[in-house]
Parts: sequence; C-alpha cells; structure tokens
Amino acid sequence: MSRPPRLQPATSGSIIDFPSEASCLAIEGLSLAYGGKPALRDISLRVPRHRVTAFIGPSGCGKSTLLRALNRLHDLNEEASHEGRILLEGQDIHSPEVAVDELRRRVGMVFQVPNPFPMSIYENVAFGLRLQGGLTRRRMDDIVEWALEAAALWGEVKDRLRASAWSLSGGQQQRLVIARALAVRPEVLLLDEPASALDPISTLKIEELIRGLKSQLTLILVTHNMQQAARVSDYTAFLQDGELVEYAPTDNLFTNPSLRRTENYITGRMA
Amino acid sequence: MKRRIRRPLPRSEGPWAWLTAGSVAVSLLMLGGLLLLISVRGLGHFWPAPVTLVELEDGRAIAGRAVRELPLVGQAGSERLYFTGNRDLDGRVWEWVPVSTIASQERPVDLVVLERRRYGDFIGRLVSVGPIEPTAHPLDQKAVWSRLQARLQAQMTLRDERDRIERDTLRPLVQRVEANPSDREAREALADVNETLRALQAAMHGEVVIIESVDGRRLEQPLDEVLHAWRPNAMSTVEKMMAWGQGVWRFLSEGPRDVNASGGVWPAIFGTVLMVVLMSLLVTPFGVLAAIYLNEVAHQGRMIHLVRIAVRNLAGVPSIVYGVFGLGVFVYGIGSSLDEWFFNDALPSPTFGTGGLLWASLTLALLTLPVVIVATEEGLARIPAEQREGALALGATRLETLTRVVLPMALPAMLTGVILAIARAAGEVAPLMLVGVAKLAPQVPVDGEFPFLHLERKFMHLGYHIYDTAFHGNDVQAALPVVYATALLLVLVILLLNLTAILLRHYFRARHGVLARQP
Ligand SMILES: Nc1ncnc2c1ncn2[C@@H]1O[C@H](COP(=O)(O)OP(=O)(O)OP(=O)(O)O)[C@@H](O)[C@H]1O
Ligand SMILES: [Mg+2]
Repeated sequence: MSRPPRLQPATSGSIIDFPSEASCLAIEGLSLAYGGKPALRDISLRVPRHRVTAFIGPSGCGKSTLLRALNRLHDLNEEASHEGRILLEGQDIHSPEVAVDELRRRVGMVFQVPNPFPMSIYENVAFGLRLQGGLTRRRMDDIVEWALEAAALWGEVKDRLRASAWSLSGGQQQRLVIARALAVRPEVLLLDEPASALDPISTLKIEELIRGLKSQLTLILVTHNMQQAARVSDYTAFLQDGELVEYAPTDNLFTNPSLRRTENYITGRMA
Repeated sequence: MKRRIRRPLPRSEGPWAWLTAGSVAVSLLMLGGLLLLISVRGLGHFWPAPVTLVELEDGRAIAGRAVRELPLVGQAGSERLYFTGNRDLDGRVWEWVPVSTIASQERPVDLVVLERRRYGDFIGRLVSVGPIEPTAHPLDQKAVWSRLQARLQAQMTLRDERDRIERDTLRPLVQRVEANPSDREAREALADVNETLRALQAAMHGEVVIIESVDGRRLEQPLDEVLHAWRPNAMSTVEKMMAWGQGVWRFLSEGPRDVNASGGVWPAIFGTVLMVVLMSLLVTPFGVLAAIYLNEVAHQGRMIHLVRIAVRNLAGVPSIVYGVFGLGVFVYGIGSSLDEWFFNDALPSPTFGTGGLLWASLTLALLTLPVVIVATEEGLARIPAEQREGALALGATRLETLTRVVLPMALPAMLTGVILAIARAAGEVAPLMLVGVAKLAPQVPVDGEFPFLHLERKFMHLGYHIYDTAFHGNDVQAALPVVYATALLLVLVILLLNLTAILLRHYFRARHGVLARQP
C-alpha cells in the first residue's frame, strides 16, 4: 500500500480524500442539529472501501451522531434535522429512490451495549433473513452458520443454537450481534464503541474480528480507546465539537498529527 | 440486582423505626385477622357441630347448637343462644336461654339433624320411616336411622334417574315435537316418557319420615324434601371430617336454595369466573392497542400528553359511574337497538335490551381499561432503545420492529396490566347491579344449547351473592355463615385468577431469562 498524502483539516466544502483508495461512502457538507442545537458542523469526508475507518474524539463531539446519520437512524427522531449529502456508492441515501429498510440492510450497525433480541441464538442471527423472506430452511441454516463462523462464535454456540441469546456472556452477545448484522450481507458495518462494555479478552476477540472482516466489507469504528484505534484502523478521523478536525491514515495521525488540537487530544488520551 | 446496605439506625431515629415498623405490623395483623375471621367462620359452617339437649327448670326441653353466649344486661349471669331449627313447628329457629335456668344438659346420640328443602333444618328424634301409614309400628332408634339412610339413598337414585331422563330423553323429544308438531312417533314417545316420569315422581312423593321434636311434637316430613340427615353426637371425628368435606363440596357444586340462605354457590362461582375471563378477553386487545398507539404511533405532542393524563384519571372514576354508563349506553342504547334489529320476535321481552353477561363484561372491561393501558405503556417505555434500533438497523420496518421485538418483550408488562385488571374487576359489585347480575340465575350462561355461551343471560356473582344473602334473606343470622363462606370463596377465586395470570407472566419472563436481567 502506497502511503497516501497528508491532508489538511477540512474546510467548508472540501472533501478529504485518499486518491489511492476507492471510496465507498462519501459525506458531503453534513450538518446535523438536534432541535436547533448543532451536533455536527459541515462534515465532509470519504470512507475508503474495505478498510477500517475509526472516528475518535472527546465525549459528546458527535461521533455517534455521525455514525447514526449513515444509516438514517435519525429518521425516527423528530428533533434531528440535517443538511448536506451522504452518498453510498455514489447514490444519495436520502433520495426518494432509496428505501430506508434497504439502506439499513446495506449499512449494518452494532451498538455499544450488546442488544440481542429475546429469542434463541439461531433466531437472532436469522432475524434479518426472515425479514427478507424467501429462503429455504437449508439455506437459512447455512447462512446462520456462516455468519456465526464469521463472527468467531460458531464453535462456542453450535450445540446450543436454540438456547436464549440472553444466556450468553457479554462478549459472546456482542459477537452474536455482529453475526446478526453480517447475516444480511451488509456492504458497510458501523460499530459504535463495540467493545467498551467488554473485558480485555473479549475486546481482543472483537478487534481480531474487525481486522478479519475488512476483506469483505467496509467498517467504521467509533472508539474511545486510542490503542484500539491504532491497532485496528487504517484511517482515523478526529472530531471535536461537531467538527472534523483531522482525517488521515491512522499511523500518521497517531505518530505525527498535523494539528495541535489533535496532538493534545491523542497525548492526553494515550497517557 | 440491588444490594441492600444495612446500617444501624442512629439512636435519634429509633422512634421513627418503631413507628414505621409498628404500622407495618398493625396492617399485617389486620389483614391476617380479616382472613382468619372469614376462614374460621366460613369453614366452620360446614362442621357438623354437636347438638345439645337442654332441660330447663320450668320443665321445657329444647335441642340445638349453642352459637354464642352474652352477659345479661343489668343482671349477673349470662344467656346463651341456641340454633334450634324446626321453623315449621316453632315459627323461629333461634332461642335465647338464660344459663341460670338450665337444669341439665346432655348430648344424646339419637338426636338427628335433617337438612330440608323447605323450612331449613330439623333437630329432633326419628319415629318411623316408610310409606304413609297411620299405625306406624315403633322401631328402635338405630333401626329407624339405618332405614332412613337407606331410603334417602333410594330417593337420591330416583332423583338422579329423573334428572337423567329429563335431560337425555325428554328434552330432545320436546325439541323434536316443537320442530315438527305432526311427528306422531315423537308424540307417542313423549307421552311414554311423561308417564315414566310421573311414576318416578309418585314413587318419590309417597314416602315420609315421621319425626318428633324433643318436646314431643310430631311431624310427617315428606322424604323427597329431605336432602340430608346426620346424627352429629354419634359421629366420630373422622366421620365429621368426611361430612365437612362433603358439605364443602356441596357448597361449591350445588345451586342456592331457600332464598339464597342455604345451598351452594356454584352458579355464582361460574358467573364470577366467566365474567372475569370475558372481561380480560375484551380489555386486553383494546388496552394493548391503545397503549401501542399512545407510546409508539402517535406524535408525542401536547395532545397525547393530555390524552395520557385523561386515561390515568379515568382509573379513579368511581365504579358505579361506569355502571350507570353501561346501563345507559350498552343496555338501553346498543342492547335495545340490537333487540329491534335481530330479536324483534321476542319483543316486548328484551333479549339484549336488559342487563346480561355481555354488558357486565363490557362495563368492567371499560372500568379496567386505564389499568391495562397504563401498565402496557410503562412496559413499552421500559424497552431499551437499543432493542428497537437493533431491529431497525437490520432493515426491519417500524411495524416489524413492533411485532417481532417490542411486543414480545412487553408481554410480561401487559400481563401485569391484566393481573391488575382482574384484581380490580373480580371484586367489583356496584356496577354489576346495574348491568346484569341476578339474585338468582340457576341456569349458568354456558350449556349444551346452541350457541353454548349465552351472552345475553343474567348471571350470578359471588360479590353480589354476599350482599344479597346478608341483607335480603328471611333470617340474616342464619345466613351469616353462608356470607362468610362466600366471602372466603370470593377471596380464593380472585387469588386463583391472579395466580394463573402471574404464572403465565412468569413463564413468559423466564423463557428468555428476562427474569435474570430485568428487575
Ligand atoms: N437524541 C438526541 N437529542 C438531543 N441531543 C442529542 C441527542 N443525541 C445526542 N445529542 C447531543 O449531540 C451531541 C453529540 O452526541 P453524540 O452522542 O454524537 O456524542 P459522542 O461523540 O458519541 O459521545 P460519546 O463518546 O459520549 O458517545 C451531544 O452534545 C449530545 O448531547
Ligand atoms: Mg457515542
């Protein structure tokens, strides 16, 4: 991989880009406000395909807000209003041709707290598949097995697929949720602090999983853990007060941040 | 799991601890006392209490059960109340006896108690049993007693036979004849059956038992009016316990007699349970749908806020007001219209235009609607946003999220609502008096006749039965034990209904280990 050029912080309208990478998602001038109170200000960036991109920044800077904008979870919130465009493979996700459930199938999401449904392990993974319908029993079994395998959980649960998902440990539940998201074959997977509620060993497993998954899909990871961002991500975006401050290949950002604000935050967090 | 932190109360808080703990103790004591009272009085009613033969100083003799004793007003000593039965001989069943006037008392084993269809209990001695014969040859007490038992057994067999023929042969034949009056074969069969029944009736009517009160007055008692006979002073404890069990069973399984003052309460149990079950079936879908609208569908604006406050306040409206509404809208409004449209043949006698099971259940459903709405809403609001978002993020629509994730998780909360509704509705009497409860409805609203469930029928209810027995009988004193027994039963029935719902909720919670995760 050739080292991409270093880029200056975003100014209004200019999109931070890495020419060597094919972009999967493009965010163009996105501003978002909750009931008139701005949470994101004029964010523009491109997320490269089949890479792990990390969003870092202090608490309340708008990381989750940005992530949730990418699969239109804000639609439910009557308070939230936005400006700007988000393009998934070149298509505006807010355009009338895009059905929101189809978009959310293509852009999966994993939340901070594991949220398996009150069903069996099998039914959790099959949930998205059943919504689409039209699958034979055998095909469904195969996909469930594949998804659990991909989430590195198959070995632990293959004998108890009918057991309640809530009987799993926290780390297992989070991998189950990832398997559930993978089962519908998303193009992008959004992970909002997926390991923050887990113990170190489970965290390592999730990180390994993320690294392994990027050959198949594009991942966006929100994390408070700088080491984690450094370990798993290829690119890192630093946000502060709803603004994109710096966006660069992870190695560069951590070893040689171009802005004082970034440097202060990173050294503060690393210490 | 919350962990309690125990720390000793500072000295100055001692009185507070005593005050609060004391009020808990007093409340528990009062509740316990209430249950104990109705249990003891209610269950004691079925115990074959001993019968005392009392000789008074003036030479009079009475026989009866001692009920209670009170000090004499303004004098030394006390007087005792006896239940002496024999209303047909004495015109009353109670007798107060000053204890000082009692010359002797004993408990002879040959005293019998007869439970009769009319005039209540008889207490006295047996003279003879058999077909009416002016010269009844005297037998010894033991022989008469076993003869009486044999004849009562025979009477019972005849009664069963008659009931069986009426049910299996007579009723179908009558229907056939009604459907087709020219069916000669059926008419002849009907005549035959009537003949058989008449013969049975005659056989039952023929027998009498001659009885004598302890002061020597004789009575010819038709045997078919005697339901039961026992000699309490001759019974062993085991026999008494068996008699007690039978008494309880008859109370539970038979219909009321004697203006509700005796007999059983089966129609009232059935009516209460059926009404509560119907009420639950009506209120649950409405309440749940309303809660879903309020919590999931509606725009959470000022309007919904007002609606929510209104719903909560509806729970505080006195129940009799719901009764008035049910009478005005369901019975006179909808019911009368239904009668005009569908039951015109039966007019002017109303079908749905009068109180009945359906209107009572609907009225109570309305009464408990706020409870179900509030409980379900709270359940829906407690479901974590991550669960909904998790489903949405997999491409589920809002409806799919609701039906596949949210509602299954809210099920225990809905059942909590239903439990509260049952608890409120099962004990409610006031509105029922306006919309369908009956003093006496020996026909339960479910039978073998199409459409099997008769929603327009009036029904009996344990709560109303208590009220009626306690205030409208001929002899309230005599009916009091029945009141206690019915009250105990009402408590037990409500307990059982609630327990069913609670077990159901437990099952749904345990299915996915919700119990372990949610407080
Ligand atoms: N549903 C909402 N309604 C109103 N304001 C919100 C809502 N969600 C977030 N905000 C506000 O938007 C800002 C950004 O929140 P966001 O959750 O995106 O931060 P974050 O970077 O994810 O923080 P954290 O690291 O603590 O998760 C915060 O000021 C927050 O208070
Ligand atoms: Mg966040």
